[in-house]
Amino acid sequence: MADGVRPRVKAPRSAEAGEVVTIKTLISHKMESGQRKNKDGSVIPRSIINRFTCEFNGTSVLDVKMEPAISTNPYFEFEATIPEAGDMKFTWYDDDGSVYEDTKTIKVG
Amino acid sequence: MKFKALTAIAALMVAAPALTFADPDDDTLVIEGQEMVTKTDLPAHMEDANMDMIMSGWHFRSDETQALQMDDFDNPGMIFVDQALDNWESVEGSAGKSCASCHEGPESLAGVRATYPKWNEDAGEVRTIAMQVNSCRTENMGAEPYKYDSTQMAAMEALITLQSRGMPVDVAIDGPAAETWEKGQEIYYTRYGQLELSCASCHEENYGNMIRADHLSQGQINGFPTYRLKNAKLNTVHGRFKGCVRDTRAETFSPGSPEFVALELYVASRGNGLSVEGPSVRN
Amino acid sequence: MDFTRRDTLALGAGAVALTVLPFRVNAAGEDAIAEFTGGADVAEGGVNLDAPEIAENGNTVPISVSAEGASAIMVLAMGNPTPGVATFNFGELAGSQFASTRIRLAGTQDVVAIAKLADGSFAKATKNVKVTIGGCGG
Ligand code: HEC
Ligand code: HEC
Repeated sequence: MADGVRPRVKAPRSAEAGEVVTIKTLISHKMESGQRKNKDGSVIPRSIINRFTCEFNGTSVLDVKMEPAISTNPYFEFEATIPEAGDMKFTWYDDDGSVYEDTKTIKVG
Repeated sequence: MKFKALTAIAALMVAAPALTFADPDDDTLVIEGQEMVTKTDLPAHMEDANMDMIMSGWHFRSDETQALQMDDFDNPGMIFVDQALDNWESVEGSAGKSCASCHEGPESLAGVRATYPKWNEDAGEVRTIAMQVNSCRTENMGAEPYKYDSTQMAAMEALITLQSRGMPVDVAIDGPAAETWEKGQEIYYTRYGQLELSCASCHEENYGNMIRADHLSQGQINGFPTYRLKNAKLNTVHGRFKGCVRDTRAETFSPGSPEFVALELYVASRGNGLSVEGPSVRN
Repeated sequence: MDFTRRDTLALGAGAVALTVLPFRVNAAGEDAIAEFTGGADVAEGGVNLDAPEIAENGNTVPISVSAEGASAIMVLAMGNPTPGVATFNFGELAGSQFASTRIRLAGTQDVVAIAKLADGSFAKATKNVKVTIGGCGG
């Protein structure tokens, strides 16, 4: 699935120290559940993103265990506290071993 | 014959109160701060149609589905716009060119979506955007055409459509396009298939009613390409036509066929005056 | 053409009967809860679960969960063949214990959210979501 997978992240460019900000993420991925069948009746093997993490300067914001019931093109919205300026790192882990990453720099003040 | 066809449509309809949906709602569609025209007067050529107003399919969807279209980040169709932007810039084919080599940024195509399908003088035919993109790929780039209703084509159409978002649909139906338009109109009103239903049976005479659990819209195409929750991808106009014809249990035309091109021009003209709102989100 | 009156009536009946697809709860959901809670008691309330009453399409149903001070919230679709949906583990820099996502529901069923609260106790919320199927329009 590593082909054509594309993350999108919406995070503010700047925040006040200690501010709580809203983050949205979306990634293009089939999230093949392993429960669908091909026309010939054979099961299409499972291939999903099974984990998503968000960290700010190395400290965890959110760590999600994902199951096949998450829709195609997985979407998350959540909130993060921004204690200081730094980098917010987003990571998606694919069943096939691929890892997709994105980073947003957030200024303070 | 007539009796049977009427029975078929009556049998398919379910009274709206069975679910919480009722008539098309009165919500306002604002996308990223831009207000869309989603209801307006009938274009002059529809004087005889049995309708008061033309309306975007957005009004017929649930609040949750509607909300997905109101924020570009929440709209999953936008991922494909990003993908198309990569394709826009990538060199392909024997001429060593990309779309950007000739057209610079995609914003140079602002207004295109509002006026397509459109008569092309040199080619002597009415062209959809997809036909034009493939003509650029084969003739200007020496590249392989995209499959007519492929994901790549839908994505490229979404990128081009976005440049016209908020502009009123304004396809020409006179002059050299008139013949194609009339052919499209005829297809629209022809009853097809075992169920003997025309596009008009559902989208003109019964919009606002429930068909099984689906709230019937006017079948407008101002929101195409549409990201459908059902298949989680962008859907082209012809892909949707195909599904609708198949539902009447008729043999369907194929995407890119002259019949569907004519039908697209006609259906687009039924939305003249509505805002271009693609890529939209539907169920 | 050989369209018969019986076909028509069958279609009509289908139109009503197919509106919702009820699914039976399966035991795997209860097992997943037991695993998450270690068998501890689960109180009703203390966690919010937002989901539409009627979903236009079971493939993409928006939901959100929140529970103040929770360290984790697990979401289950009790009627899916495999009920697991997601477990949100909130980190030190979580701005709130809130998350929103989009999920697949195989039919009308209960969606359940279980939160592990700050004091180590567990709280639960349940929401029934009716999944409709569009009969037409490809
Ligand atoms: C070698 C130059 C060249 C390249 C490369 C090229 N085009 Fe074009 N394109 C043209 C020219 C010239 C026209 C206008 C003439 C015509 O109608 O054929 C045009 C017209 C169009 C139009 C219709 C514009 C209108 O106002 O009606 C669209 C849409 C379009 N191109 C899309 C694309 C896309 C998408 C790509 C890349 C896949 C592309 N073109 C690549 C030269 C190019
Ligand atoms: C049996 C009834 C039926 C017939 C006949 C039918 N459709 Fe549809 N169509 C639907 C349903 C149901 C939907 C999904 C709900 C909606 O948007 O109306 C739909 C959706 C559409 C949409 C998508 C609208 C949007 O906003 O995204 C278009 C376009 C469309 N139909 C065009 C057509 C055309 C053109 C024909 C004739 C070839 C046709 N339909 C025939 C039932 C029908």
